[in-house]
Amino acid sequence: MKNIDIQIKETDLKVQEVLDFVTSEESGGIDIFVGNVRNHTKGKTVRKLEFEAYKPMAIKEMAKIADRALQQFEISKVSMHHRTGTLLPAHCAVIIACAADHRDAAFKACRFCIDELKKTVPIWKKEFFEDGAVWVAAHP
Amino acid sequence: MTIKIEAFGIAKDILGANIIQLEVEDELTVKDLKIKLLDIYPAFSNLNSLAIALNEAYAQDTQEIKEKDEIVLIPPVSGG
Repeated sequence: MKNIDIQIKETDLKVQEVLDFVTSEESGGIDIFVGNVRNHTKGKTVRKLEFEAYKPMAIKEMAKIADRALQQFEISKVSMHHRTGTLLPAHCAVIIACAADHRDAAFKACRFCIDELKKTVPIWKKEFFEDGAVWVAAHP
Repeated sequence: MTIKIEAFGIAKDILGANIIQLEVEDELTVKDLKIKLLDIYPAFSNLNSLAIALNEAYAQDTQEIKEKDEIVLIPPVSGG
């Protein structure tokens, strides 16, 4: 779909790429969410993260979210990029951009996209600490 | 029939492999498969959730599994 750009990449994500995709003459507001690797979780130091994706389904699920965002909010374009592989603190794991005529819809749609991505898209992260590693959210 | 099951994340660790083959009865629903997996791999019961995808989409418990389906175990997702 020409209004939706979904990518899962093993290379560094670039804000400029999502920005370029959603930019158009009719959109006055663009909201970009950047999700980075944090160096701590629940008081423990995080050394690195490893992301893995069930890529064909992850792309389909991300496209469904983008499609819903286009229907529910007054936005014109959505771009969602996600990284896989090994990432260090401050590296970028996900970027989402939504463009709209006016900012309110862009903010809401962007929030919707990242919230839904975290619920349904088959991507997993493993956190590596000094003393071991865990799959995030796997256990209660 | 023999089905092939692929796994990601912690599900892969529990199976001890990315892909396993399982001999199952011909009429098998997604729910039947979950019960079977819990029986063989009790560690699945410790997870927050376990979904099954058939052919790149989330499957309902009542859905029937065919021998040629692409079956993937989806443990709790944690992207973003």
